[in-house]
Amino acid sequence: MAGSTLASPTASAGREFSRGNEAASPGLETWRRFCRHRLAVASTVILAAMLLAVACGPFLWRVPINDIDFTAHLDGPSWAHPFGTDDLGQDLLARMLYGGRISLAVGLAAMLVAVTVGTAIGAAAGMARGSVDAALMWLTDLFLSLPPLPLLLLVIYLFREPLTQLVGPELGTFILIVAVIGGFRWMQVARLVRGQFLSLREKEFVEAARAVGMSSRRLVARHILPNSLGPIIVAGTIDVAAAIIAESTLSFLGLGFPPDIPTWGRILFDAKDYLDIAPHWALFAGGAIFLAVLSINFIGDGLRDALDPRSSA
Amino acid sequence: MGRYLLRRLLIAIPSLLGISLVLFAVLALAPGDPFGELASNPNVPPEVAAGLRAKFGLDDPVFLRYVRWLSAMLHGDWGFSFVSRTDVDSLIWQRLPATLLVIGSSQIVALLIALPVGVYSAMRRYSIFDQLANLWAFIGFSLPPFFTGLLFILLFSIYLDWLPFVFRSDLGASGWDWYWEEFKQALMPVAVLALFQAASWTRYVRSSVLEVIRLDYVTTARAKGLPERRVIVKHVLRNALIPVVTLVALQMPALFGGAIVTEQIFRIPGIGSLLISSILANDTPVIMAVTFVFACLVVLFNLIADLLYGWLDPRIAYR
Repeated sequence: MAGSTLASPTASAGREFSRGNEAASPGLETWRRFCRHRLAVASTVILAAMLLAVACGPFLWRVPINDIDFTAHLDGPSWAHPFGTDDLGQDLLARMLYGGRISLAVGLAAMLVAVTVGTAIGAAAGMARGSVDAALMWLTDLFLSLPPLPLLLLVIYLFREPLTQLVGPELGTFILIVAVIGGFRWMQVARLVRGQFLSLREKEFVEAARAVGMSSRRLVARHILPNSLGPIIVAGTIDVAAAIIAESTLSFLGLGFPPDIPTWGRILFDAKDYLDIAPHWALFAGGAIFLAVLSINFIGDGLRDALDPRSSA
Repeated sequence: MGRYLLRRLLIAIPSLLGISLVLFAVLALAPGDPFGELASNPNVPPEVAAGLRAKFGLDDPVFLRYVRWLSAMLHGDWGFSFVSRTDVDSLIWQRLPATLLVIGSSQIVALLIALPVGVYSAMRRYSIFDQLANLWAFIGFSLPPFFTGLLFILLFSIYLDWLPFVFRSDLGASGWDWYWEEFKQALMPVAVLALFQAASWTRYVRSSVLEVIRLDYVTTARAKGLPERRVIVKHVLRNALIPVVTLVALQMPALFGGAIVTEQIFRIPGIGSLLISSILANDTPVIMAVTFVFACLVVLFNLIADLLYGWLDPRIAYR
């Protein structure tokens, strides 16, 4: 679809803007376009703060995550426990900082899996064309028509035990969840990359490089892939948000991480039975998921404006 | 139209076969053996275990097992639930109506929200309304259904005490009261799913109306002196809906994920909560069957999308 539409008003405005400042590099111009999306900039700040909090927080807030204290059972927020406590009197701030690491790490890792698989399949289909392309796209369409959550649940149900025996419960669950979420989310990227490859491989600069005698592997690595990076980055950003939701959904259903790893979804799962007497428990965990996903989605929107000026949506 | 429908039906068959292949591959690749317990049980002699394996064809080649499994599924023999002690297919038929009711009505509600909001934001592009609708859409699809569900329960059931938060299939009332109670208990689950869907649909409708509204034939319609309302409803909307149908059909599989979560939160006796409870109870035949039913539903909804295409754009049907 990109390429067929006319340049949007914002894009041409951006170009004139850069003409005024002779030295503006493409990277700088992209950054300027991103900055024009105020919600995206605000979201970047929020997400950076969340990342910083889960990365450094546990070193600053040194309350252990599994310190059981029945005198502080289901307490609301206070100075001793800023986010309150759960049914065992465990400090929720400490648990959320620790669990946030897992939730965000799963999101990023699953995105990497999805983008890698999608790029590989899309690139193979776009370069090979012919029957390989048809077969790979059939596979992509097949995966697109599979209901992801039931299959996630099925795969986790069948493979959890052996994998946890192999590498331990925490790492095993992490690998399984990342692989499965990534393994069911590569299709959009594959379609995007294939489309980009099909159009880019006919462009003059690629033809020129081919005429100089470049091998097709180098052609892909040096010319085609870098030029199709923009849409991949945008799709990857949205994938992080989707993966965080997917992981929290699994944990919320009680089928994700084991109870001693308090990811945000898991905290919500434990909190849902105490909704009437301790709503803070669910609200903090759910709010964290919502805030992370919302800011990632806004960043994705800002990146779309910045990297793909032709899309008008 | 008839031939078009037939062609679409024939295209659906390979995708159903592919889905069944993926499902079976997952099951076959999974480590673990349904007769593992028999093999390790000292009371069962090895030759009896081997005889049972031969009887159920567990040592046959994978392909043969797939064909046998598929033909059993096609014959309606979906196996026997270990936990409920009934046939899987009767279990699913019992649960399916609740799921379809919730999904279907949430789709209708989502459509009723997304169409007017999306069209109006496109007509007043960059207005306050458009910006608010955009913000609302972002919030809507960033709120995961499980959190929206809990927020609704907190607000409407616990603080306001208006709506029940447990879905009951054995309502005591009868007549109009029954409908009223049923409506009240379905309201929150439907709203949760509808909100999630409507948020992204609004954006699809908006961007697709924006694409269509600047085409020449729309200018012609306006030049003829048609009122704006008529231009939008009669001329723009029908063409704008074609790409929306594609995107909605692509989103269908994700919708079932939301439906499973919603059923689980509100304890709706549908196939989604059946899936979760059978996973927790290690009831493999039910898990396989429910996953397959979800996949079939996706194919079914894709067929409906194809029918809508044929109606929206008659050229597709006669090609």
